[in-house]
Order: sequence, then C-alpha cells, then structure tokens
Amino acid sequence: MEKGEMSRRSFLSAVAWSALALAGCGSMQGDEGAGEAAHRVEMVTNVGGINDQGFCQLSWAGLQRLRDEQGYEVSYIESKQDSDYASNLDKAIDYGAEFVWAIGFAMSDAVAFTAKINPDVNVGFGIVDANTSGAPNLTGVLFAAQEPSFVVGYIAGRCTKTNRVGFVGGISSDNIYAFEYGYVAGVTYAARELGHEITVDRQYAESFTDSAKGKSIAQKMFVAGADIVYHAAGGTGVGVIEAAQETDNFAIGVDLDQSYLAPNNVLTSAIKRVDQALVDLTPKLISGELAGGTDVILTLADGEYMGIPQNHEHMPEEVYQDALAVIEKIRTGEIVVPANEAEYETYLAQG
Amino acid sequence: MSAVIRFMRRPFANAVVAIILGFVVAAVILALAGFDPLATFATLFQGALGKPKYITNVIIKATPILLTGVGVAFAFQTGLFNIGAEGQYILGTVVATIVGVTFNFPAPIQVPLVILSGMLGGALLGAFIGFLKARFGIHEVITSIMCNWIMLYLCNFVVGSDAFHKPNSNTALPINVSGYTMVLPEWKVSDEGIAYLVARPWLRDILLKTDFNLGFVIAIAVAILMGVLLSRTKLGYELRAVGLNKDAARFAGIGVERSVVTCMLISGAICGLAGALNITGISPHTITLLSVQEGYGFNGLSVAFIAGCSTVGCIPASFLFSGLIYGGMTVQQMLGVPSEIISIMIGTIVFFTALPAMAPKIADWLERRRLTTKEA
Repeated sequence: MEKGEMSRRSFLSAVAWSALALAGCGSMQGDEGAGEAAHRVEMVTNVGGINDQGFCQLSWAGLQRLRDEQGYEVSYIESKQDSDYASNLDKAIDYGAEFVWAIGFAMSDAVAFTAKINPDVNVGFGIVDANTSGAPNLTGVLFAAQEPSFVVGYIAGRCTKTNRVGFVGGISSDNIYAFEYGYVAGVTYAARELGHEITVDRQYAESFTDSAKGKSIAQKMFVAGADIVYHAAGGTGVGVIEAAQETDNFAIGVDLDQSYLAPNNVLTSAIKRVDQALVDLTPKLISGELAGGTDVILTLADGEYMGIPQNHEHMPEEVYQDALAVIEKIRTGEIVVPANEAEYETYLAQG
Repeated sequence: MSAVIRFMRRPFANAVVAIILGFVVAAVILALAGFDPLATFATLFQGALGKPKYITNVIIKATPILLTGVGVAFAFQTGLFNIGAEGQYILGTVVATIVGVTFNFPAPIQVPLVILSGMLGGALLGAFIGFLKARFGIHEVITSIMCNWIMLYLCNFVVGSDAFHKPNSNTALPINVSGYTMVLPEWKVSDEGIAYLVARPWLRDILLKTDFNLGFVIAIAVAILMGVLLSRTKLGYELRAVGLNKDAARFAGIGVERSVVTCMLISGAICGLAGALNITGISPHTITLLSVQEGYGFNGLSVAFIAGCSTVGCIPASFLFSGLIYGGMTVQQMLGVPSEIISIMIGTIVFFTALPAMAPKIADWLERRRLTTKEA
C-alpha cells in the first residue's frame, strides 16, 4: 500500500514538473515575429473553414505565397458560425493589419458594415466573389465566371457522345447563373459548330455543402443519358464527381483543377485562380496603386486568373487546341459570353 | 493546507480541478507541438478579456450556450437527458425568424412576440419528445437526436422557401428591425449614429463593433429562476422526485407521465429562447442554410456538465466556455496555433468533470499526507 502510494505520488509530481518544464521552455522567444516593415494581411474565412477544398483554401494559399515570396505577415481567422463574421472581421483589424480579406459572398453584408464603421482606421477591406457596397475602403473582387464556363461548355459539347450534358448549380443566385449560362452558351457554340442539337439538363441543389444531394442529382442526369456533367456547387459538387466515377462518366470540375478527386472521370475544370488574384491585388491595394471602393472584375483577358488545366488526357488533342482558340476569341472579344438568361437570349438571337 | 482540503470538499471544487487539468493537458500538447504554452495562454486571455469589446463579445457569445446549458441541466436534474437542445434551439430560431419577418409591430409588441414565439417552438418540440417518452416509452435520447436532424432540414427548407429566401444569398430574410434587442439598434447604424460613435472610440467599440444586446440579462435571470424553481417550489420538488426515483414518485401520488412532459416542455422552451434571442440580438438576425449543426445545443451540454448540472453554475461555465472559444480565435490569428487546441481543452475539462469523486479524493489524499507528515 505504502509503495503504491509513493509511486502514485511520484508519478503525479513528475507530471506536474514536466508540465511546468514544458511550459517554461520556449517562453523566451517572445514576439520576435513582429518584423518592422512587413505588411500585415489577414483573411477571415466563411463557415467552410480553411480546408474547404475550394475558395478559402485557395485564398490562404495566395496569402502564403505573399508571405514566402514577398515577406508579408499573414494570418487567418476561421468563422464557425454565421454570427462570427462581424466579430471576426473586427478582430482581424485589431493587430495592425493593413488589409483584410473576407472570403465568399456570404460575408458581404458583414464586411460592408465593418468597412462602414471603420472609416478612420488605416486598413482596407476586400471581399472575394461579391459586389462592394460603395464604401471607399472596400474592394470587391469578382470573376467573370461565365467565360471559363463557356470554355468547358464548349469542351463538353465537343466530347459528348450522347449529345446530352448536365449542369448542377449550388444555390440559385446571380453568381451561379453566370456559370450556368456561360456553360449553356458554350455547349450551344459547340453544337452549332457540329451542326446538331445538344440537350443541357440543369438543376440546382440549393446547397453548397450537401454532397449527397449533388450525387443523386448527377446520378439522375447520367441515368437520363447525359455523359458529362459540370458543377458550380462547391462541396455539393464533390458528390457530382463521385457520381461520375461510379457510373464511369465524366464530371467537369470548378474553381481549381479537381482531377485529383477522380483522375479518370474529371474531363477538365473551369479554373478561378483566387490565389493568383490575391497575390497580385493585395500589394496594389495596400500601396494605393489601386483605389478602394470599386469592384475588380477579372476576365480571361486579364491574364492567368481563369482558364482550363493543361492536363487534357481525356479529350482529343484537337478539342483541346480548339478550346484554346475559343479562349483566345473570348479574350479578343470576338465571342461575348452571356452571364444571365437575358444575355443568353440575345446571344442565341445573334446566331 | 487545511484551507485547500476544505476547498476540495466543496461541490464546485471538482470543476476548478478539471479546469486546471484542462490547462495542464493543453500545455503539454502545445509544448509537444512546438508552441509556447505560456504565450498561448497569455494570448488566449488577451483575446478574450483584453478590450472592453472582447468582454462584450464573450458575454454575447455566452448567452445562447448559457440558456441551452440551463435547459440541459434542468432536464438532467429531473432525470432526463435532453440531447435535443440543438434541435429545440434551431426550431426557436426558425419560428422567431418566421414571426419576425411576417409581422412588423412596434418594438414593445414585436420583441416579446418574436421571443415568445421562438420559445413556444422549442417548448412544443420538447413537449413532443417528452410525450413520446411518457406515452410510448421511447427513450428521449433517440427521439431528440432524430429531431435535431429534422429541425436542421426544416431550417434549410424555410431558408429555401420562396416566402423567406433572401435572393442571392444562403440565408433567409432578416427579421424586421422592430424586433431587434440590441441597445439602440436603429440609431447606431444610422449615418449620424455612426458619425457620433466613430468620434468616441470607446463607445464605438462596445455599441457599434459588437451586437451588444440585453439577452444575457434574460439568460442569467432564467438560470437563477430555474434554480429556484427546482429547489424551492412544489413543481420543482415533484420533477426532481421523478428524476430520483420514478416508482417512489408514483407511489407518492406524483403524475410521472405529466411530469416528464412538463420537464421537457420547460427545457425545450429555454433552448428555444436561446434561439430566439440569437435572432433578435445578433447579426445576421436570420437563419442560414445549415450544412452541419452549429453546436449551440451541444456546447450547452458541455456547459451543463462543467457546471455539474447546476442551473446557476451554468452562468460561470458558459462564460468560461465562450471565453475559451472567442479567445481561441486570437490564438489562431496571432500565433498560428490551430484553434482545435481549444476543443481539446474543453474536451479535457468535460472529461475530468465527469469524474465527480476527483476533488474529494484529492482532499483525502492531502489529509492523509498531512497526517503522515505529522506522525513523522
């Protein structure tokens, strides 16, 4: 008994001492990280979090590049609930940040309000994927998503063997309509080139996170005879790619090259390089070269912000080359891509 | 030493020991991961209490989990495990949003209407779960977990419905401004209000930069009221008697079935109140498409357990919990420490509070040790 008591006591004190020792080590470091001249940039994620396989992850990759290549100080705050947006944005400016990025259109109200109540603080705000509210210290970054969608629509039209393709959208909204109508117009463009009809099945999952729903919608499309389905649905789209894999058809990815999710079943992807946009825009916004209060709309003509991946093993070389030619035509303005239903009607009428 | 021993025999000593152990475990993990524990904890406290607006935010974020915690603790004291706090919270937000969007009365009518309707939503769901238990003997844990998911999808259905969907967003329409419970909700966001507050940074920090609202007063009142109800009234006595021994209670002439329904009704009402106060009190004043449960109910479970299922004990427990979560964001922001470390800490604290005999054991050990030293 006595012995057991002793060993337990010595164990407890060992734990206590080691905790203290560990607590002591490294406490001398202090905040040596606070470099004098380094610009500090913060980002606040939406509830998708930093590892969302999409927007937030790409944005963070962009900020990390700013850190590694240009010596910026960067950090992020993850939002767990919608009610965190305003308080996290507020916290982001408390530690000397010169610029704060809000990622995703869900944060547009919160970031507009934060910008409005901080006119005197020397910090700029930016929001990815949403319009600005007119506050002079807020910049919106938008992607002309209809343009790469047109390109992948063209590829889908050229590659379909059943003359039937599909589109799965996230939540019905102007943002996603741009993907939809760009894609449909691209399919139409290919159909006219080939001289026959191609049907496009379209459906919205009304969710950016419900991959099970994305999967069942895509399965239904594949059963109905479509052989290529494009998604603009965030996490919901992961289900679309799964369905393509299980039925051995093709999916088209979005935002980043999603072929890593199913190497044999992702035909191509409509890429939006948020990371590149943040790397290029942040220094300009901080230095004042680019004034706040406006929307920056990035198009194919603006450089390498959007496009399709180079990897094209699942399509004929000829189709890939033609797709690059289509990109060129969009860049020069020969093709004007519709971003909503009204513009699509005009596009059709122009023949 | 004898003071320490006496302290260890107090009922809340267990929680204090558990919290200390939580910090110790977190320190060890932080050190193993190559972070400095002392700097991390310093940043944690700074991020939670460093500025008046941080304290305000901690209070704001403590309010809903204080209420769900009280709801869970109340049910627990009467022998029911209300793991459905999450669902009742969600229904509270959904009903409050529907009512707050549909009606637009002046604030003195609108605010109580929105809050009471949210409460009613939670209460009915709770009573339904209680009814299933009382009438058919279906265990409340099973039904309430199912209801959590049903409520999540009900919420998504309402957000997506034509009547309530806010175009080009993933939320429903926000409730009418007359239902807001913040301090001076309209004035502070008006142009003159902003101009006035921007010139007074201290006031701006609290009023404009946070959703400073009166919910926590209600929450604390509810916590105290429920403590009184349980310990000082006939109803509370009956409810506790059913919880302690159902058969003895029945023998004593207490309606066990009715008691189960009543208990779940009250517990659900408190959780629904948490939801309604979040809608009226904090932005975005509406419900959002949920992909996962947001955790207000489950965090309430943790709060109740840290508090040893005392409703009044939930008050400090909820402040601790919300301080850890809110301060944890600063830890991530400033030091790059993953905010999951906070989850580990909370998990550890809950784990050790689940060992109720711990503090008395420590007291015994200290006493024995003192006696042996004396003998020697």
